[in-house]
Amino acid sequence: MSKGLKTTILILSAMVVVGLIALPGLRQAIQRLQNPPKTEEQSRREVMEEPISTPTDVQVQAQMYWLSTTSPNTLEATAIQLPLSADPVERSKQLLNALILRAPSPEKRTLPAQASLLAFYLQPDGTAIADFSDEISSEMPSGILSEQLAEESIVQTLGANVSGIKQLKILVHGQEAEALAGHLDLYGFFAVAGSAPVAPSAATPATVTGPDRTQTNPSTK
Amino acid sequence: MAAAFALSGASALAQAPASSGQAAPQSAPAAPQPTPPAQAQPPAELAPPPPPQKTLAVVVLDPAHGGADPGARGSSGIAESDVVLGFARLVRISLESQGFRVILTRQANEDPSFDDRSKVANAQRGDIFISLHVSSTGQPGTVRVYSMPRMALPQNGAVAARGGLLPWDRAQFNFVDQSRRLAELIQIQMAQKFHGSSETPFEAPVRQLRTVGAPAVAIEISSVSVPSRAPLDQMGPGLADGVARAVVAYKLIYESGGR
Repeated sequence: MSKGLKTTILILSAMVVVGLIALPGLRQAIQRLQNPPKTEEQSRREVMEEPISTPTDVQVQAQMYWLSTTSPNTLEATAIQLPLSADPVERSKQLLNALILRAPSPEKRTLPAQASLLAFYLQPDGTAIADFSDEISSEMPSGILSEQLAEESIVQTLGANVSGIKQLKILVHGQEAEALAGHLDLYGFFAVAGSAPVAPSAATPATVTGPDRTQTNPSTK
Repeated sequence: MAAAFALSGASALAQAPASSGQAAPQSAPAAPQPTPPAQAQPPAELAPPPPPQKTLAVVVLDPAHGGADPGARGSSGIAESDVVLGFARLVRISLESQGFRVILTRQANEDPSFDDRSKVANAQRGDIFISLHVSSTGQPGTVRVYSMPRMALPQNGAVAARGGLLPWDRAQFNFVDQSRRLAELIQIQMAQKFHGSSETPFEAPVRQLRTVGAPAVAIEISSVSVPSRAPLDQMGPGLADGVARAVVAYKLIYESGGR
């Protein structure tokens, strides 16, 4: 074997070794490029917000209402394991945070990933108030359909997992907003049904025939 | 907010059959009394006047959004505010050809407030209100028609009109049944013209509808999430024809006092 050939093989071997060492780093760099950059709100949340946990937390099968991928324009219940507090306020916060952060896929998402729950209150009469960050409006896909499904996912997730909530008021950054993202009225309160099966809410398709009304709720499975 | 009250025209008329229905039981106990002589009957001129004839002559079309608010935006740059303005102009032509007077809440790329748009409708008598939208989601090529849900009413009851005036922020509440009927008629037309559209209308608390004191619906077309505007523009003539046919059908119901 000539000296030149030996040198070439040596150089190629060295390059393979260097390549193997650098490969994981390259993979990570590609993944970073594929993922969209974090928004300021997401970065802030990661730093400031720790997962809510209370002494009464118990792992339960929570029913989360996200978009159905098989039946268009409807919600479907997805059971996930969540540590949930016995306190209804903390429990509601845990659920709404999970509704935003733990959507199984972008196709099933109902609330913008950039949105966050700023505060949650529950009054003795069963009136709950959920205060979301501005992104609940600014990053929401605009339209009656998408905004209605977003509201229903909140209402039905609370109704299926928290007892004692009768109605819900949605605030945006501490303020009453006219509409969620230009369409859905936030003027009043949304009725929260009890635990599953969830009854039709105020904002559901309905079938009407004459004076007798038969309401169906295809958005609930 | 533009004003605290909206005129209640059609609501008082709509309640008239219910009032006359309640009068019958009250007159029943009087039956055993001796029948008064014919000459003692009250003169005809003292009898309550018949309710004024309801006519539907005006359609207020509301191209949603506009100005600094483009509404839904597609990745190809389609803006809801542009598309609905084009749709409104087509619907206007179809309705005018059927003899209706049509008023648009905006003529160009402006953005009147919700209340300013409602004000246009509430200043009319004998009108209906149709708000036009294009969504960012939903199966492209389909149309959904919405009216306000009854469950949004306080205590599920009617809002009392004081001196013929309705509270502005709940002006729609006494019209939900009439709005629902109008939504049904338009949705049937949309199902016939746009494959995949529902045959029954939808209910949703749409902000724009709440302050309108007249039968009012929102029509939402899917969607701005298409590669080009051409498929949306192709829906325009069918939309205009369907809306005009439904409004003509609704006019018969409206003017006969039905719901």
